[in-house]
Amino acid sequence: MSNPDYLLSMQGICKSFGAIQANNNVDLNLSEGDILGLLGENGAGKTTLMNILFGTYQADEGKIMIQGRQITIHSTADALGFGIGMVHQHFHLVHRHTVLENLLVGEPGRRGRLDFSGARRRLLEIGDQFGLTLNPDARVSELTIGEQQRLEIIKALFGDSKILILDEPTAVLTPNESTGLFEALRALAEGGLGIIFISHKLHEVRNVTNRVLVMRAGSVSALVEDTKEVTESDLARLMCGHELNPPKKNTSKLGDTFLSLSAIKTGGSTPQKLKGINLSVQGGEILGIAGVSGNGQKELADVIAGVLSHTEGTIEVKGEIISKASPRLMQKLKIGRIPEDRMTTGLVTSLPLYVSMVLPWIRRSIFSRFGILRKNEILSFTSKMIKRFTIQATGPEVKTGTLSGGNLQKVLLARELAFEPEVLLASQPTRGLDVAAAEFVHRQFLSLREKGAAIILISEDLEELFALSDRIVVMYEGRIAGETKINDASVEDIGLLMAGATFGA
Amino acid sequence: MEEIISQIFQVGFFAAIIRIATPFVFATIGELFAERSGVLNLGIEGIMMFGAMTGFSTAYFTSSLWLGILAAMLTGMLMAALMGFLTVSLGLSQHVSGIGITMLSTGFAFFFYRLIFGQPSTLPNIKAFTPVGIPVLKDIPWIGPVLFEQTTLTYLAFAVVPLAAFLLYKTPWGLNLRTVGENPHAADSAGVSVSAMRYQGLIISGALMGIAGAFLVMVQFNAFTFGVISGRGWICIALVVFGQWGPWKSAAGALLFAMIDALQLRLQASSIIDLPYQVFLMMPFVLTIVTMMLVSRNARAPSALLIPFRKEER
Amino acid sequence: MAFRLELREKTPIWFNIVLPLSAVMATLLLCSGLVALAGANVFHAYSELFLSAVSSRFNLVETFVKAAPLIFTGLAVAVAFRAKFWNIGAEGQLLAGAMAAAYIGGIESLPSFSLVPLMIIASALAGAGWAMLPAILRTRFKVDDVVTTLLLNFVMFYVMTALLDGPWKDPLSGYPDSPDIRMDAEFPILLHATRLHLGVMLSLLAAPMVWWFIRRTTLGFSISVVGENPSASAYAGISITRILIYTALISGSLAGLAGAGEVGGLHFQVMSGISPGYGYTGIVIAMLARLNPIGVVLAALFFAVVVTGAEAMSRATGVPVYLADVIQGTALVTMLIAQLFTTYRIRTLTTQG
Repeated sequence: MSNPDYLLSMQGICKSFGAIQANNNVDLNLSEGDILGLLGENGAGKTTLMNILFGTYQADEGKIMIQGRQITIHSTADALGFGIGMVHQHFHLVHRHTVLENLLVGEPGRRGRLDFSGARRRLLEIGDQFGLTLNPDARVSELTIGEQQRLEIIKALFGDSKILILDEPTAVLTPNESTGLFEALRALAEGGLGIIFISHKLHEVRNVTNRVLVMRAGSVSALVEDTKEVTESDLARLMCGHELNPPKKNTSKLGDTFLSLSAIKTGGSTPQKLKGINLSVQGGEILGIAGVSGNGQKELADVIAGVLSHTEGTIEVKGEIISKASPRLMQKLKIGRIPEDRMTTGLVTSLPLYVSMVLPWIRRSIFSRFGILRKNEILSFTSKMIKRFTIQATGPEVKTGTLSGGNLQKVLLARELAFEPEVLLASQPTRGLDVAAAEFVHRQFLSLREKGAAIILISEDLEELFALSDRIVVMYEGRIAGETKINDASVEDIGLLMAGATFGA
Repeated sequence: MEEIISQIFQVGFFAAIIRIATPFVFATIGELFAERSGVLNLGIEGIMMFGAMTGFSTAYFTSSLWLGILAAMLTGMLMAALMGFLTVSLGLSQHVSGIGITMLSTGFAFFFYRLIFGQPSTLPNIKAFTPVGIPVLKDIPWIGPVLFEQTTLTYLAFAVVPLAAFLLYKTPWGLNLRTVGENPHAADSAGVSVSAMRYQGLIISGALMGIAGAFLVMVQFNAFTFGVISGRGWICIALVVFGQWGPWKSAAGALLFAMIDALQLRLQASSIIDLPYQVFLMMPFVLTIVTMMLVSRNARAPSALLIPFRKEER
Repeated sequence: MAFRLELREKTPIWFNIVLPLSAVMATLLLCSGLVALAGANVFHAYSELFLSAVSSRFNLVETFVKAAPLIFTGLAVAVAFRAKFWNIGAEGQLLAGAMAAAYIGGIESLPSFSLVPLMIIASALAGAGWAMLPAILRTRFKVDDVVTTLLLNFVMFYVMTALLDGPWKDPLSGYPDSPDIRMDAEFPILLHATRLHLGVMLSLLAAPMVWWFIRRTTLGFSISVVGENPSASAYAGISITRILIYTALISGSLAGLAGAGEVGGLHFQVMSGISPGYGYTGIVIAMLARLNPIGVVLAALFFAVVVTGAEAMSRATGVPVYLADVIQGTALVTMLIAQLFTTYRIRTLTTQG
């Protein structure tokens, strides 16, 4: 007799944060063997829903049932007890500890001592059953990103999870590693687990899931019972409410070479150090830098930003060789820089907006004279920027941190574009932004390109790179793996380069 | 010169090193537990002071040294719990909270001592712990008198180090504690309560610091004075760094430090070197600064040290 | 019923008064327990504590005299903490400044008119120099500044007492203190029949100057931003190392000036007890003032009242004089807790399932 109860059933879930309703009457059902895709834009409410399931938050209303039994989840420990495991986007691993030590956290010991041998045994069993293997004594810092994610999944299995939630798991994987992950997920589903696969990547959702729940602005927009029956465009429409409308790109006239890097190397012993980068960008073009995060993009960005010193090679700006780069020098040379991490490296969240807005320019004579600030100029400049970039803020004196992600990105854009940079370096500029905000950012880049500036766009989002770039360069393990003009590029080739293959192989 | 060396490096000198090292071992291991869980406990100086005072007062009035030790432990645990409330529950700055706890504890120590003892003409004192020789072991030539004719508290200090190592590295509790100090989110998503672990680390640190303070007034000296701690707590902060946050290395650091301290006392007493005594008093602090200077560059502190854990902000 | 902390959009200005005031009220409430424990009437004890400061014209002026070094150390710590340079070493910097001032004040060959200005300058330089050391240790060697500034207090204290016991000992006195400074090195008295000396006026002038500095100058702006977000500041082109060094110099000089005032205006010599913890009290003052220079003056006056009043209270009621130390520690802790309300708002939630 088959059990009519779902493995997991969430009914009528509601959750608000202040004025924002993150989940509005959401229903979700999951059976054994399901791989349910949870699809939606950033801010649609998917992560909130899963955090409620995993015990990080408590729902305001609604009920959760496992195998037909209603349960309450007050904490992560409760969730684990009910067999719910989660693999987060940002791994929760201790890099200094070994694989075994990471697996044993939270486990009771045997007679008061850590049960290393028992853990080893279980690790082998899981390897046999699902093909997920790891060296138990390796330190996490020695593992690749794909292996670290594997560890996270094994952690969930260690806890006897019946329900596995994966939050944007392929964000950090090469296309090859993603395929490996999908195989593992299929094996797990066949083994009787129910899997919830959170993503905003349409082709992946179509690839691995058998059902899809689409969320938009906190509510369920659609439930697809059989993934094979929908197309990517269908899903896109359900997800965004409208067709994807990327801004149009014109062919532009190329100017001089504004920035060029020759044989740049950086020091240190991380696998991400730069091992000889040759790069140049001309006025009027957008150079896209693709690659899975962790292959040296951040180092490259930091070298161009002047924050990281190169140990070998030369940087030339408009023909002049830079001997010692520094943020101030790069600013003076009209290189605008948008850092990857808005909140920590870009803006000062606890201080008023005008502080974040004029931070790099505080020494310009318009803002300070003889070491004394010109407050009026600072405030009026900030107000002007707020209007020009339609930043949703009540005034220049509100605390920076109260703005939403999209508006914070606008602040960064505004301040770098304010003084007409000739080169703009943008690192992951639309990460975490909704479609409207991302489109705004893209339009700014294109208009800057038309004015003759050079733009270096570092992004993990291939769709974005393809939409905006004139040329694409792929980074792999600290080197440039390949370069193509946009007309000659294909996603498969770029994907291969991202995974370490070389052209023609 | 030979005379000086033979004069200094006698059995008594090395026995003194062990004795001097004892409070440092207790307090440093205590601080270690707090920092491994991610909390810098700058209340150490004040907690040692307050522990010393309550320990002394209890011993004085009950004539039981061990009751005094208990009182010191409880006092330390109380103040450390308050530190936990400020830094773990409320997420306040660990630096400033620690200074606050030190000021508060010191204030309490001074206030209550004056309240209890007034301003007597002679300093109230107690009968200190006497050394207890361990049979058989104490007769081993040279090592015997140095290691095995110490007070019971020192034997406890001997035991605390391997116990700490065992707890930290071989038990689930220790793994959870270390995980909380390295990546609290990892512990949290494994169902471990970050705040519970941090409170536990802090309370243990408070207990050990209290004992350290009590040792000073019950073994090293036999009375309580306002200057009894004189910066030893701060030195223990450096010893944790020196010991790279490991119990054995920190204990080794304490021994090393005690050796230099003992040396300085001997030099002072034998007036071989004619320097004002303040220079000798200064040396521990200068040494601590130099040590930190050399070690801090490569220091591998617990990754989550000083960062309050907030679930909803990732 | 559960609580949640929600980020505030703007911090209302009246918070700057209400918050410290509530912290002080809470402190007095908590400490009243200790007073009762000591067997005294709380009302009586507190009135002795606070009213003795205002009981006469002389006492009122004395309060300002006592507040002067506290204003300086409070300002020193407030500036430092803004940059998150945890200067616990105001005590040692004060001693350095005091010694520099006393040294200059004893030089026979200097012309009279130059003495006071030189003392002031020397004390500032000495304090700044002593603060440079932990700043360099932090920027170049990554050593935690809380510990180094603290340890250096001990070092400076021992340097001072070594000198006072030895080469700098006043042969005429039985105590370890330095010879008196020259008569014409003494700070002018500003109000007849009181001890209101130049140093007091300087401290009252320093507060608005520091306020103006923080809010209106580029360096003040940089100090604030570096404290709030060092990586964003570095990315935007500000040199963290340079700002920390400048902060240390300014903070140290303010603390050094405290020493000058005590030597030139009050004691006319250096003795080992010249600072009963002014540098540490400065920390509590800075926190109560929420790092605001004008608030520092008010908080300093508060503590001046408490410290002086504690003696009178102790004599009158038998409550140990160390109540002042407990008040100090409690005030720091309650103010820390009160600070939470500025960043966060408490939202009560009712949760179901």
